[in-house]
Amino acid sequence: MHERPPKVLVTKIGLDGHDRGSRVVASFLRDAGMEIVYTPPWQEIPTVVKLAMEEDVDVIGVSSLATDHLIVPRLMQALREAGLTDISVIVGGIVPDADEAVLLAAGVAKVFHPGSPLEGIAEEVRRLTGARRALNA
Amino acid sequence: MSATLATGVRAGERRAIARALSAVENETGAGADLLRALHPHLGAARVIGITGPPGAGKSTLVDALIGELLALNGRVGVVAVDPSSPITGGAILGDRIRMGTHQGDERVFIRSLASRGHVGGLSRSAARAVDVLDAAGYAHIIVETVGAGQSEVEVAELADTRIVVLPPGLGDDVQAIKAGILEIADIYVVNKADLPLAERAERELLSMIALRSYGAWKPPVLRTVASTGVGVAKLAEAIAAHAQSGSGRRAGGDARRTRMRRLLAASAADRLRRNIEQSSSAELDRLCDELARGELGHAAADLRAIEIAAAGMRKP
Ligand SMILES: Nc1nc2c(ncn2[C@@H]2O[C@H](COP(=O)(O)OP(=O)(O)OP(=O)(O)O)[C@@H](O)[C@H]2O)c(=O)[nH]1
Ligand SMILES: [Mg+2]
Repeated sequence: MHERPPKVLVTKIGLDGHDRGSRVVASFLRDAGMEIVYTPPWQEIPTVVKLAMEEDVDVIGVSSLATDHLIVPRLMQALREAGLTDISVIVGGIVPDADEAVLLAAGVAKVFHPGSPLEGIAEEVRRLTGARRALNA
Repeated sequence: MSATLATGVRAGERRAIARALSAVENETGAGADLLRALHPHLGAARVIGITGPPGAGKSTLVDALIGELLALNGRVGVVAVDPSSPITGGAILGDRIRMGTHQGDERVFIRSLASRGHVGGLSRSAARAVDVLDAAGYAHIIVETVGAGQSEVEVAELADTRIVVLPPGLGDDVQAIKAGILEIADIYVVNKADLPLAERAERELLSMIALRSYGAWKPPVLRTVASTGVGVAKLAEAIAAHAQSGSGRRAGGDARRTRMRRLLAASAADRLRRNIEQSSSAELDRLCDELARGELGHAAADLRAIEIAAAGMRKP
């Protein structure tokens, strides 16, 4: 059996509806050989948790343009409550330094700022996927 | 680990079910053990297969159908297959975006699978994913195939009730699809009935059906507007009526064996194809050269290729 591709949920929580960024990332990761579950914006946290669980994704990518990243700690909490601590969360978008520290403290694996090379995101997803699968093996 | 996983699946634990689905999807050793453990608990679910050309509205129809099935009682599982890129292996699993209405409902479990190079409209593991959901107690399991002209036959082997969804105005494309779907559909749905030409599509289907002879069950042709739910209750009724009529996956004896044969043929052919296409075999290269030079007939070359591939697969 050859190496199975990372499975990634690309989603947007909160109020902001600009999903160009998440579409670009989803397409890039797809073209990098990954399996992507993509959602429209405005997802509720319980829906994201249920989706991540059912699909057994390796990584959740949250795209945030406005202040939506501020609810990511609630997502982290909800994932913990559901026992999904092995799923990594990365955040992409406009995140001020002070907020970034808060997100990392809440358990977010990495924050990607505007202009981050997409290949860097793919690299990180591969790394996190490898770590999760080693953990669960 | 597979023993606890099996227990979790049987108890309907969502996390265990999700893990089990990954294990069978990735064809791990644990997945094989798990399937053995679950085997005695299979066969209670009704499996509904939904196929049809890209964009016909299959996923939207699944979304509406989930609501009807929930109203009938019992939990609903969905296996939705999307195509993988043959070049990168990547996939956008987009079906469930259209299944948003009930995705928060605890009685619904939706799982997307990428086809991963499998050509028949499903994935290699779709049938096993259905088994996991069956063992987990989902009373209704809906399988959506890749939207491709060739997906009919495979879903036929998997599902108790086979639904072919067609959009209006397919024109000549219908001709291409017709041959396959006439063999397998238990129910025809002309979706997007809000669009012009729906009536014409329905008439065409009816006249095609009129030319064929059927057994006890004659496939009805229904019209739906999946995006608003019009006609979906009728579809649920037709599914129930088809179940009542006694045909289905659990048909005993020979029917079951026939289906196993077909599944075996599909999975064996799959392995064979991959091996012949991809294995680095000097013998196969030589065979291709001989074939190209016309030194060997196709029938003889086929046989030779099968032998070489089989020998190669037997090697550890
Ligand atoms: N007008 C109209 N549009 C519909 C109807 N049902 C679905 N659609 C639209 O048709 C498009 C395709 O719907 P899907 O449900 O994704 O179709 P599908 O067959 O699952 O597509 P694939 O999985 O990509 O093959 C979407 O934009 C739907 O909103 C309908 O009854 N009427
Ligand atoms: Mg679909």
